[in-house]
Amino acid sequence: MSVSVAEMTEQDQLFEYTVRLGDNCVILGQRLAEWCGKSPVLEEELALMNVGLDLLGQARMLLDYAGKVEGAGRDEDKLAFFRDAQAWRNLLLVEQPNGDFAKTMSRQLFFDCFQFLQYQKLSNSADTKLAEIATKSLKEITYHVRHSSDWVIRLGDGTEESHQRMQKAVDELWGYTPEMFDMDAVDEAMLKSGVGVDLKEIEPAWKKMVEGVLSEATLNFPELTWQVRGSKEGKHTEHLGYLLAEMQFLPRAYPDANW
Amino acid sequence: MSETSTGELPLYEVFIRSKNGLHHKHVGSLHAADDEMALTNARDVYTRRSEGVSIWVVKAENIVASRPEDRGAFYEPNDDKMYRHPTFYNIPDEIGHM
Repeated sequence: MSVSVAEMTEQDQLFEYTVRLGDNCVILGQRLAEWCGKSPVLEEELALMNVGLDLLGQARMLLDYAGKVEGAGRDEDKLAFFRDAQAWRNLLLVEQPNGDFAKTMSRQLFFDCFQFLQYQKLSNSADTKLAEIATKSLKEITYHVRHSSDWVIRLGDGTEESHQRMQKAVDELWGYTPEMFDMDAVDEAMLKSGVGVDLKEIEPAWKKMVEGVLSEATLNFPELTWQVRGSKEGKHTEHLGYLLAEMQFLPRAYPDANW
Repeated sequence: MSETSTGELPLYEVFIRSKNGLHHKHVGSLHAADDEMALTNARDVYTRRSEGVSIWVVKAENIVASRPEDRGAFYEPNDDKMYRHPTFYNIPDEIGHM
């Protein structure tokens, strides 16, 4: 991955672009799976697992396709379990730890709204496979948005403590959100060829969507006092390594294990 | 959120229609803070294997149920009234199974 964008072929760019989409789904799906057995109530545990499994399903389609685009013999499992942190392209937002339930829901709301808008555009992609995956996933994402919005509103407009926790969660994660709308050379090239999405264009819609939920939740729209980015070059927060260590241990210890 | 005195969220009963044309059938119950959450919880708990096309949820406390001790007065008088069953008609063979 040390190839500069100028040297990338169209195939390399499509691979990179698809991996970015897929990695978001793997990592957030894995984070949600961490709630298994620890959720506040049984009903919500099932809901979180449903969302997580939806994301894993999307990840499988995307990484499977990425592997085929690459043509180097890496399948979805190879890509998910045999890449180190620097080779991952997921947004910094989705690798952030679960924290309390408010933080999990805040992260989810930010991502769900982003993914909803991104996939709406992606469903018109010139790449028919990506368009197909986006169209199929949109129904799931529509439900995810509803689920996370409901919770943010409930907790924000709930008790004094839930309001406080929700506001804190939103504030803490806010600095990870600008990265979602960064356009690097790969994004620009993919946009030009009609495959990719103009992330700058969806930013105002995202803000409007999130603002609507926050205001209904009686929460303040956070001010951007700091921001971090870097996932597009494989620069991640320290949390990703721990997540990967847990997720990848088994296939690395027992490669090609079957069950 | 409204909570009961035991600190648990209110109980809801869930009814699912598995196909258009069929009736809603009781499938179980769940806890939720309000009607809207009960509906989404029902979706997540009871329809993940494509069990339904329509969901009803109703607060368990809103269901009026007959009591076991009413059994004698409610049901037993009907036990000896066989004539209320349409079993005394001869069904022509061509009707087949009814």
